[in-house]
Amino acid sequence: MRKKIRIFQPKLSWLAIPFALIFIAYFVVPLILTLIVSFWDYTEYSIIPDFIFGNYVYIFQGCFSFEDGLCLTFKTYISTFFFCFFTWLITLLLGFSVAYFLAFYVNSLPLQITLFLICTIPFWTSNVIRMVSWIPLLGRNGLVNETLISFGLIQEPMEWLLYSSFSVVLALVHLYTLFMIVPIFNSMLRIDKEVIEAAYDSGANQFQIITNVIIPLCKPGIIIGSIFVITVVMGDFLTIGIMGGQQLASIGKIINTEMNYLQLPGAAANSVILLLITIFIIIVMTKFIDIRKEL
Amino acid sequence: MSLIKTTEEKMKSKNLSTISRRKMLKLGAGTSAAAITALYAPSVISSDPITLRYLGTAVSMGDEVQKKLFEDTGLKVKFIAVTTDEVTKRVLTQPNSFDLVDTEYFSLPKLVPSGNILGMDTKRIKEWDNVTSIFTKGVTPSGKKVGLQGTAPSKVMYLEGSTGKKFANDVTQYATLIPTIYNADTLGIRPDLIGRPINSWAELLNPEFKGKAATLNIPSIGIMDAAMVVEAMGEYTYPDKGNMTKDEIDLTMKIFTEAKKAGQFRAFWTDFNESVNLMASGEVVIQSMWSPAITAVKSQGKDCVYQPLKEGYRAWAAGFALPKTTKGKTADAVYEFVNWYLSGWVGAYLNRQGYYSAVLPTAKQYMSEDEWGFWMEGKAAKGDILSPTGAKLASAGEKRDGGSYEDRMGGVACWNATMDENKYMVRKWNEMVAS
Repeated sequence: MRKKIRIFQPKLSWLAIPFALIFIAYFVVPLILTLIVSFWDYTEYSIIPDFIFGNYVYIFQGCFSFEDGLCLTFKTYISTFFFCFFTWLITLLLGFSVAYFLAFYVNSLPLQITLFLICTIPFWTSNVIRMVSWIPLLGRNGLVNETLISFGLIQEPMEWLLYSSFSVVLALVHLYTLFMIVPIFNSMLRIDKEVIEAAYDSGANQFQIITNVIIPLCKPGIIIGSIFVITVVMGDFLTIGIMGGQQLASIGKIINTEMNYLQLPGAAANSVILLLITIFIIIVMTKFIDIRKEL
Repeated sequence: MSLIKTTEEKMKSKNLSTISRRKMLKLGAGTSAAAITALYAPSVISSDPITLRYLGTAVSMGDEVQKKLFEDTGLKVKFIAVTTDEVTKRVLTQPNSFDLVDTEYFSLPKLVPSGNILGMDTKRIKEWDNVTSIFTKGVTPSGKKVGLQGTAPSKVMYLEGSTGKKFANDVTQYATLIPTIYNADTLGIRPDLIGRPINSWAELLNPEFKGKAATLNIPSIGIMDAAMVVEAMGEYTYPDKGNMTKDEIDLTMKIFTEAKKAGQFRAFWTDFNESVNLMASGEVVIQSMWSPAITAVKSQGKDCVYQPLKEGYRAWAAGFALPKTTKGKTADAVYEFVNWYLSGWVGAYLNRQGYYSAVLPTAKQYMSEDEWGFWMEGKAAKGDILSPTGAKLASAGEKRDGGSYEDRMGGVACWNATMDENKYMVRKWNEMVAS
């Protein structure tokens, strides 16, 4: 079948060096530094090399006694998971549908490419602009409320449209659906059309083809898209801040506030925990599929 | 900056009397600028033009300031404009990335112990003796005592030596910051949407404004506004709002958490422009606000008042400091720049934006009698009052919100502060946001 390429030929592995260097300089080193700093002590104006667990203890202070309800850290993670789950679910459904349409209902390649490029048009502007432009639409005196009131559908403006969980999820879905479309579309294009024809000839209906043939073969795309969306949303504080009226908690915002107040070791400890949780989620997801094998 | 140009052009075609007044001002500015240039000329002419890297929030700095500076002194500045918190961070972590920093007094308890900023030699500041007594003595020019809760400038004005890491208790030759700009902050309201008089900080949590109030999500400033509200509600009287105990922080945050859970707040804001949008769109009718934001809302044709309240104002102040890495010719240029800054033209420019300048007599020379009366003396305007960019801020007969300099600065109840329990406060604030 496929010709086997041995990656670890000495000469070929030289090709990996440029990327390895970039990876070490911009990812591994900062990560190690963050890990080190998370064990340091700090004052208002300086950070002190040390090896203490105080920053981690501080994060989970009062978390296991449940005296005053949930602690800050648990509450914040629950809120972050909430946004993460709904954004993931909706972008997955939307992304899958769009990719499915592009891959199986559009037959000519030029048209496929054209339509795919149209999907990227929103990305020609910055994501802050794409986000902020929802505000005049959803506000108390915004376009949606004014229109519904003028049609007599509602009497009072709907306040929950803006600065709410709804507006946050809406903006996140708007921003990140393309991250789902691209890898799923890519997976779908690699599906051999004959496989689908065979399923059809064997008597499978449309729905059975999707669940038994297309979804299993798209799994790598779905997982990659999910990793993109989940990692981005887990660390987000800008969208949750702006669209949530700064009133909804996110772990990114807490790290941001700590950085602003020069509590860098505290911020580093929070980042390490966020990283561990995100990695855990990804490990669980990749349990469903061996990405390396599928690629 | 095209905005500035167009408004200026508009102004020129609209208002001939203003243009003549401005010409007069320019003439006056020209002559005194010449005098200043003569005083400091040698260092400028003998060397290549120096560009100072100016780190600050630059809230008040337009292109005109740079242009005027170059005309008068031959110096150039390159603004590194960042947020207040970012200024502090830069001073502590990259003190060699700028030549001059414009920072707030409440950051000093963090900056001074680091040793990254030097005391400014007041003997080299020409107008030092004319710096308003609010900074040097904690009283207004007419002798009225100013509230000193929080990090009041007069408490952190001096260092023991030029490289001191501690604040001096007495007057010394070395100042921590040379004051540049300050103001008294209060709540902003939309009178047209509220329809009744507002006169207390307690109104921020009045259930009448449920879902239509806002405050800022900058813990160190937000907590001060919260304390003003709690005190106005009669819940508690703080010995020092600017330095709360853990119990006091708990109490303050509990009251705000309850209000937040009950849906009192439409939003919190972190960026100046967010507060403008919240107010202009009518999402919010009462909120913590900064004075240029009020001007911005007004310039959109919306009624907006910087409401004086009976409990007083929360004040803030900023000034110039020299990082320890600035030496020699660059340091001389910094002193020259600071002297130019205090010599009046910039002072008038700041006063016209609704801030206050540190040296009042020099600024007065650059303002018309009507402007001085409106901005500083609380008098009714005789003609249109214009901003430095030419936008109309008030018409004849109108008075400034809060009245005169004496009334406003004399009514200060507390200053922006860094608390001893800062870490605890930030955590409690985050808890409130997460609730």
